[in-house]
Parts: sequence; structure tokens; C-alpha cells
Amino acid sequence: MRGQVHKLGDDINTDYIISGKNKRDTFDPREMVKHLFEDIDPTLAMRIKCGDILVAGNNFGCGSSREAAPQVIKAAGVRAVLAKSFARIFFRNGINIGLPLLICDTGGIEEGDVLEIDLENGIIQNITRNRQITFRKLPAVMADIFQEGGLVNYLRKNQGFVV
Amino acid sequence: MGKTIVEKIFSAHANKDVRANDIVVAEIDRMMAHDGNGPLAIDIFYQLGGERLAVPEKTFFVLDHYIPCPNEDVARIHAIIRNFVKKMSCVLFDAQGICHQIMMEKAGIQPGHLVVGSDSHTTTYGALNAFSTGVGSTDFAAAMLTGQLWFLVPETIEVQITGKLRPGVMGKDLVLHLAAVLKADGATYQVLEFKGEAVKALSMDERITMANMAVEMGAKAGIFEFDEKTAAWYAHNGLTVEKDGVTADSDAVYAGKIEIDASALEPMIAKPHAVDNVSPIGKMPDTPINQASLGSCTNGRISDLATAAAILKGKKINKDVRMYVTPASRAIYQEAMQKGYLNTLTEAGAVIIPPSCGWCIGVCNGIPGDDDKVISTANRNFKGRMGNRYAEIYLASPATVAASAIYGRITDPRNLL
Ligand code: SF4
Repeated sequence: MRGQVHKLGDDINTDYIISGKNKRDTFDPREMVKHLFEDIDPTLAMRIKCGDILVAGNNFGCGSSREAAPQVIKAAGVRAVLAKSFARIFFRNGINIGLPLLICDTGGIEEGDVLEIDLENGIIQNITRNRQITFRKLPAVMADIFQEGGLVNYLRKNQGFVV
Repeated sequence: MGKTIVEKIFSAHANKDVRANDIVVAEIDRMMAHDGNGPLAIDIFYQLGGERLAVPEKTFFVLDHYIPCPNEDVARIHAIIRNFVKKMSCVLFDAQGICHQIMMEKAGIQPGHLVVGSDSHTTTYGALNAFSTGVGSTDFAAAMLTGQLWFLVPETIEVQITGKLRPGVMGKDLVLHLAAVLKADGATYQVLEFKGEAVKALSMDERITMANMAVEMGAKAGIFEFDEKTAAWYAHNGLTVEKDGVTADSDAVYAGKIEIDASALEPMIAKPHAVDNVSPIGKMPDTPINQASLGSCTNGRISDLATAAAILKGKKINKDVRMYVTPASRAIYQEAMQKGYLNTLTEAGAVIIPPSCGWCIGVCNGIPGDDDKVISTANRNFKGRMGNRYAEIYLASPATVAASAIYGRITDPRNLL
């Protein structure tokens, strides 16, 4: 997959991804897309195009357990989120809905860069800067869940957890 | 090689001998979802082909976030939960208080239990010596269907707290200090095990505050040992303790150790817009405030209300301040009424709000205005958290919030003792 980068900082919490007030009246992520990142950058939701990639620093998705956070990112058309580290509940939630969350050194990636991601081989090619980085492999059970496209498909197939 | 508290809890729930970093499938003792994330879990439960719950009597739904219901859309969301609970014969706490407080009062949580909730502050029950953690809606749906979840057995950081908190300094100040030390991701994937003489001296309400905020450092759980205070808490709430407390072995292996001298601490303030942006109150610049919010699952318990009432007794809050007080549950509301705290707080000028989340997450019952500065006893001060991104939120203890309400600026409660 290939996409253009939107760069975010450290400690982007789930309130910033989608605030409590904007998820109050619905649980349909498509209705929340226009409010994505509203409290930290009110025009960012408009600038995100289908196929784009989010790139953050440390502790992306900290704060609440709301699964609306990765859901709305996915509903906005974002193909993958790259970060130096993720908060644990967000990480599980994202993989559970089949959103690629890639742990890697995001330091050299800049706003607007074009990345080509090879999920199979764990390689990210920065086309703009002609640089290559790798991302960390998922633990086995998460890799299986991700492989199935998320936990719903995984459980329908396996009828339970297999570790 | 000995085990930590959570290694023992996971070994018991996975029916084998497990250690930190093992991946296990574990049986869940209690599970809780609220009106914020529960409806999505119900939707996913049906996507999974769910027809009945694995353990209905251990599956709890709580309506607390949007209470009293602010509009018809939310009323529809509430109806989804009420109908599901009826159909599945599980347990509903409808407008009785904030989920974490209600779960501790009424769900039969025991020391050594393994509990999950559709809320990050599910870490709260660590004060009862249970392992409890937040999960998303898909994981929650899976737990409802199978009664199990997979877990990475977490490593544990030992938090040794020595000395004694000085008067006017509370458990809340201690945990804000810890957030300053560990930062927002200092305990990610790990558990905080609280120990030491200062911990033994803490009230249960203060331990609950600290376990509640463990997640603000990224922790999977924050856990306390079971002692005579835990036993007394069960007795006071008319609950029985069916299980023995779980203690760590003396040769347990820890991923790290943090030492704090409680005697050296002063009241702490988490400044906008991050929980780890902490300053001792003595180093704060003069900060006028417009709103004082007392309550939430962090600090809406009886001793929190008692502390505020003692400070506000016979006084009036500043004319430029509005003060909202939210007891965390109906039982606390009633006890505060009987003990006269609500009367004292109302006479001082506070508004009493029915037990609910409301202002804490900015969905109803006390949203601040543009440029307002709010001092709050809640656990998060992110931009927009209280429903307005142009407001600033300062987090503090109930004592500091009450003192600040009187003077209309952030005030050291020790000046009023
Ligand atoms: S009081 Fe606040 S932090 Fe606690 S459960 Fe409610 S919204 Fe979450």
C-alpha cells in the first residue's frame, strides 16, 4: 500500500482522536469522521484523504478505551498508523478491527512524505526521502487476529481463542 | 523464583503456571460495559453470531455517562442497552452511579478476581486486590460470548511509598506525583504494585483514587495488597469477602522499582493539557478559576465529600466560581445527605449533580465556557475533555478544589486547615 503522511506528535490520546461529546449521540463511526482530531486540529479531518497514513511519536492512543478511536480513523480511509509506541488498549482495539498499527522509528518521516508499506515483509519505504525502515512484528495471537482481518472474523473461524 | 500478585492471579485464571510475558487465555470473573462503549459491544456481539452470554450473572451494564439523559439520540442508545439486558438476563445498573463505584459496591468483586470493563479506568478495582483492566468493545463482545479473553501477562513495577502524607496532602496528590515521575507512558503494558508504610496508612478511598489513575501512566492495572483496611471496606459496604487476598512472593521478579517519600510531598496540580504536566502547588503561579468540579470515579467518594465539606463549612464559594459536586453513587449520595455534607456544600454555594459522569467527559451537566479555567478532581485534563477545547483544566485533590472554590484561585488547602 502507498499513501501520504499526516504527522502527529507524542501522547495523542483517544479524546483527541474522537472526543466524548462527538461520540455521545451515535456509535456509527461514519457519522463521527468529520470530528476526527477536532480538538487539536479542526481542519485535519478535511485534509485526510482515503489511502493516507498517520505517523505519530510515542504513546499513540493513550487515554480512554473507546474503540470509536481506531474505528473513526479507519472510517476516514486511513490505511495504517505508524508510531514509536502505542498505548495498550488502543493497540488491541486497532488490531481487533484490522487496522494496521506499525511500531517503528518514525523520527525521520515528515508531513507529506509518501510511504510504500509492505505489510507482508515488515518494510516501510519512504519514497520521498528514499529511505527504508522496518516495523516490529506482532505477537503470534495478534498476528493471527490481524491476518483474519480482525477479531470478529477470527472468532467466527476459530470459535474461541487459540494461543 | 517467586511471583508477583498478577502472575498469581493469571496463573489461577489460566489454570497453569504463568509468568510475565506469557500469553494466556483466562477466565473472566466479572465484566462491565457502560453506555459510552456498551452499545458498540452489543452490535459486535451480534456480528459474532452471539445468541446468549457465557455468564449472564457476571455480565454488567451501567448507564452512567449520559445521565440524566440529555437528548433523544442518547435515549435510543440507552434503550438498546436496556433491551439487551432484558433479552440476555444479565445485570443492569440504571442511573445509580458511576460504573466503577457501582461495580465495587454491587458486583461482588473479590480480591484475586480478574475483571474487564469497557472503560480504561477499570483499573480502579485494583484497590480491592483484583486484577482489573480496560478493554475495547470488540474484546468486550468476545468476553460476553466466550467468558474468556487472551492476555499478555504483564510485568510489574514495584512502587514503594515510605513516610507519611502530611495533613492536607491526599492520595490524589501522591498519584499525581507518580504521574510526574513515570510520565504518560512510563508503565505501558505493566502493572503498578503499591507497597510500603505510606500505602498501609492510606484510606481505601485514597487507594481507589490511585488505582483509578494507574492508567494515566499507561498501566494495565494498579494493584494493592489486601489488608485490614480492605476487609473493613467490605464490611462497611455490607459485602462479604469470599476469597483470600493475593500477595506477592518475597522473591518475586519486578521489572522496576520506584521509591517515593510521602512525607516530602505537597499538594499537586496537573496543569493543562496533560495529566503528567504536574507542579507542586507552591510552584504554581497565581491562577484564577471559574469552575470547581468535585466528583467523578476518581474522587466522588464519601471521604472526598467529607474533606470538601469540612473546608467549606460556614464559608461561601467565590462569586466568580460555579461549583459542581457529583457523588459517585446513590449510596454515597445518601450517606453524604445523612451526614450533612450535601447541606454544607449547598449552603456554601455548590450545585449537587446526580451521580453520573457528565462533566468529567464533557457530555452533560457542567460543560465549561470558552477561556474558563476549571479546577477538577477528575483524572484527565486533555484539551476538550470537559466538552470545550477553549477551556483549561487543572486536576487536584478534593481539598485543593474546595479551597480554590472559596478564593476563586488555585489555593493550597493547608492554608485553611
Ligand atoms: S467519571 Fe469520568 S473517568 Fe470516570 S468513568 Fe465516568 S467519564 Fe470515565
